[in-house]
Amino acid sequence: MLTGLIFYVLILLAGTGGELCVSRAMKTIGEVTDFRPRSIARVIVRAMQVPWMWLGLGLMTTGFFSLLGMLSIANVSFVFPATALSYAVGALGGKFFLGERVTPQRWVGVLFVVIGVTLVVLGKR
Amino acid sequence: MPVTEIDPKIADPVKSPAARGGGRSAGLRLKTFVLISMMAAFNPLGNVLLGKGMKEVGATYGWAPSEIARFFFRAFTTGTIWVAIALLLAFFVSYLLVLSWADYTFVQPASAVSSGLTALLAVLVLHEVVTPERWAGVLLICVGVFVVGRTHPQTTEKDAC
Repeated sequence: MLTGLIFYVLILLAGTGGELCVSRAMKTIGEVTDFRPRSIARVIVRAMQVPWMWLGLGLMTTGFFSLLGMLSIANVSFVFPATALSYAVGALGGKFFLGERVTPQRWVGVLFVVIGVTLVVLGKR
Repeated sequence: MPVTEIDPKIADPVKSPAARGGGRSAGLRLKTFVLISMMAAFNPLGNVLLGKGMKEVGATYGWAPSEIARFFFRAFTTGTIWVAIALLLAFFVSYLLVLSWADYTFVQPASAVSSGLTALLAVLVLHEVVTPERWAGVLLICVGVFVVGRTHPQTTEKDAC
């Protein structure tokens, strides 16, 4: 139970924190308009030179291994929807860390997602 | 000729994507939709295969370093895990690309549709039991995704590369 809880918190905080850092890195790269494989590879190489990307990948790796651990003790149809609680954490992070404009409509969408997640968790049999 | 007042909603580029140019806005929406669809396909497939692979691997029997090392050795010598990793890598590249122009607060909830697909695949592939409450939750997640999807994907201007 405690192990599952630790994995869950790590998935939420490290996973979402990592995504926010990766998003910040990609925002410094600029909008990708060329989708040829060579151009995509070049964008990825450029992204790898941004420190935020490495911090993000480190945190996401922590989240990923926590996910592996959680999957070994719980059903996949429980684990993945349950981790969707990170959408609320992500919305706050997007607003305060990335300076994005989170409109009321987006908050409503996130609220639906969070209620949906709660139902998914409560619906565990 | 009367002076027409500019509608503040039109003047505000955040509230009105049309102010950026209809064509560019439509193009932006289209490529955002395509990449999020790719994410929605690769992510649940990768997740379900990862779940299948981890069930093959089994649980850890302790927290000793040797036990953990054995656990990861078993995980990384399982073929299903590698297919799952390839799919998740494809998901991650799509994710990086879409984040180069779209808001994180748009992409993250919009990609939640993959949770529904994961539950569906868990039933079809892993034969897991999904309760009605959980399906209702998945439905609400999809409604949330729909609501977020109706907002403009970009609220901050970025340079093209």
